[in-house]
Amino acid sequence: MEAAAAAAAAAAAAAGGGCGSGPPPLLLSEGEQQCYSELFARCAGAAGGGPGSGPPEAARVAPGTATAAAGPVADLFRASQLPAETLHQITELCGAKRVGYFGATQFYIALKLIAAAQSGLPVRIESIKCELPLPRFMMSKNDGEIRFGNPAELHGTKVQIPYLTTEKNSFKRMDDEDKQQETQSPTMSPLASPPSSPPHYQRVPLSHGYSKLRSSAEQMHPAPYEARQPLVQPEGSSSGGPGTKPLRHQASLIRSFSVERELQDNSSYPDEPWRITEEQREYYVNQFRSLQPDPSSFISGSVAKNFFTKSKLSIPELSYIWELSDADCDGALTLPEFCAAFHLIVARKNGYPLPEGLPPTLQPEYLQAAFPKPKWDCQLFDSYSESLPANQQPRDLNRMETSVKDMADLPVPTQDVTSDDKQALKSTINEALSKDVSEDPATSKDSNSLKARPRSRSYSSTSIEEAMKRGEDPPTPPPRPQKTHSRASSLDLNKVFQPSVPATKSGLLPPPPALPPRPCPSQSEQVSEAELLPQLSRAPSQAAESSPAKKDVPYSQPPSKPIRRKFRPENQATENQEPSTAASGPASAATMKPHPTVQKQSSKQKKAIQTAIRKNKEANAVLARLNSELQQQLKEVHQERIALENQLEQLRPVTVL
Amino acid sequence: MAVCIAVIAKENYPLYIRSTPTENELKFHYMVHTSLDMVDEKISAMGKALVDQRELYLGLLYPTEDYKVYGYVTNSKVKFVMVVDSSNTALRDNEIRSMFRKLHNSYTDVMCNPFYNPGDRIQSRAFDNMVTSMMIQVC
Repeated sequence: MEAAAAAAAAAAAAAGGGCGSGPPPLLLSEGEQQCYSELFARCAGAAGGGPGSGPPEAARVAPGTATAAAGPVADLFRASQLPAETLHQITELCGAKRVGYFGATQFYIALKLIAAAQSGLPVRIESIKCELPLPRFMMSKNDGEIRFGNPAELHGTKVQIPYLTTEKNSFKRMDDEDKQQETQSPTMSPLASPPSSPPHYQRVPLSHGYSKLRSSAEQMHPAPYEARQPLVQPEGSSSGGPGTKPLRHQASLIRSFSVERELQDNSSYPDEPWRITEEQREYYVNQFRSLQPDPSSFISGSVAKNFFTKSKLSIPELSYIWELSDADCDGALTLPEFCAAFHLIVARKNGYPLPEGLPPTLQPEYLQAAFPKPKWDCQLFDSYSESLPANQQPRDLNRMETSVKDMADLPVPTQDVTSDDKQALKSTINEALSKDVSEDPATSKDSNSLKARPRSRSYSSTSIEEAMKRGEDPPTPPPRPQKTHSRASSLDLNKVFQPSVPATKSGLLPPPPALPPRPCPSQSEQVSEAELLPQLSRAPSQAAESSPAKKDVPYSQPPSKPIRRKFRPENQATENQEPSTAASGPASAATMKPHPTVQKQSSKQKKAIQTAIRKNKEANAVLARLNSELQQQLKEVHQERIALENQLEQLRPVTVL
Repeated sequence: MAVCIAVIAKENYPLYIRSTPTENELKFHYMVHTSLDMVDEKISAMGKALVDQRELYLGLLYPTEDYKVYGYVTNSKVKFVMVVDSSNTALRDNEIRSMFRKLHNSYTDVMCNPFYNPGDRIQSRAFDNMVTSMMIQVC
């Protein structure tokens, strides 16, 4: 004990005298010195793994040469029951991070800080200058006995050594990751009171890792340990703890490890705080839907800006988050980009420093592939876990296609697109089940290329759509001009007239005045047709005759021929109309002579002209309506533009000249 | 390659200015400021409405004994000014052009960020990284 005390005094002196730029001199009371040296010895002894009990270890506690291993130290710190973030701060402050190991000075300072934290003081260097009670470590009975002045019990620690060494390795790994995260940003915002439920959920991973390791450590030790499971369960429900890799390692050692079920969908990514869990994903997607009903399209920059500004983060931070999450830099967020941005915001609000680059788990491709699209997909694809990526890609491709179509031909109303989307999805759901996984690269390439394409398009299309949507209610999109153009080109008129062409063609054809239809050269044809027509007139169906009759009409033949044919078919038609129209008696048919046929011709012409006039009027009306609609839209866009210009003027800083 | 890169707004105040040797920064600032005159001269000289890549790049603005100053103007009259070391004789025009193109692309990405108000100082980390990569290349 004297050796220990001496060593402790020496260590304290060293702490007091040494490293001027390091932590300030540490004054330990007698009790503290004893306790600290004991703990340090234990940690160092466990690290050494060598035989021997207290005094040899204490002898090794020469200032600066002995280091306490991270494993037992971490164990000890966790047993202090301080939150993980506090422990991080303590390790940072005591200088162990800087030097990379827990030397005596660092360890003692850390212990003092733990005591300070436990008494409720803030974790600062200043707080350890005053008198503090001993730090309390809520360990199991074994450790407790050791702590309370029974150095002979150090033998017990040797039993723990093999387990602890594995844990040490795991903790080192985790520690490195955590250290990595922390060194990335020097300022770690102090944790305020726990925020609302989704962010609170996010807080779990880091402490979850600690608690997981703790629970695993306790599982490894046999019976005397108190059950820590109740502590573990309320803290975390789903995956996402930082220590999944070490956990897998330990889970292989321990069979009855209840937390094992949480490891099911973890891959080997070390940055667990950046992993989006299922619950979070649902929440993000719902938020996305509240901003933009179509999950496959974008959220424009201004909408997203308003939304994210509500999170009360500072503008530079939001700007940086946007920079990280908008992978294709198009000023709009797709669903995975939005989820990544939201996740980063949530993490930031919980005090996690923002990463330097987008973590791999937040990359858009990863997010698209890893998680199924919400609602109907979840229900249908729960059991098809391995075919998820395959389904994802074709569905994404489909969505991309429909969204691209939406962007490209603006006339399609969004509602139709979403309903088409759903129908397309339902159809693809049926067929995608049998889709080959090897199609993934092709489809992912396609979806990527498709996604890359809207980069230039999203500016104009989103702004136009916004302008459009502003004019009307979102559920009922404005009736956009479908096929007709604003320019009344002759093509359109032709298109308009197409349906009426067959009807009016006969009228449009300028019928020459009533020539006696007896041309000579074409007689043979006419004769044949004349023969044909009488033969056909015997045929029961009128349609068969009227079709050849009509067919003859469009033929570009000498005018006499049409007349001839008209004469004939009219004759035949009128004759054939007899059986169909019983009202017109045969007498009327009989009275149909060339003279009345000519009159009929003119009347027919008149009718044709009238129908043509009517059609023209209709087309006019349609075009006029179209024109007014477009004028309206133009007006709206103008107003938009004026408003934006005003905004720009207001925002522009005062120019100094 | 470049020892100093500056982004100047339309109203001729700097949106972003960064130089490699952190000493003598003031000298670079001054140089950039004086080169703005040259930029304005070149802009007013080409009065045609048609602007293409070639005319966005203004070329060598001003050679001094130690440094050369290159200029580039965007369609919205945002100017990029680059100061390079004269001892870098291997630096060809094409390389300068490509550097300006990269700058322009990064600037566009900064603009895409809805949280960026045009006229603010550029604080984007991605932009910073890109500029650093351009400046460090020489070493």
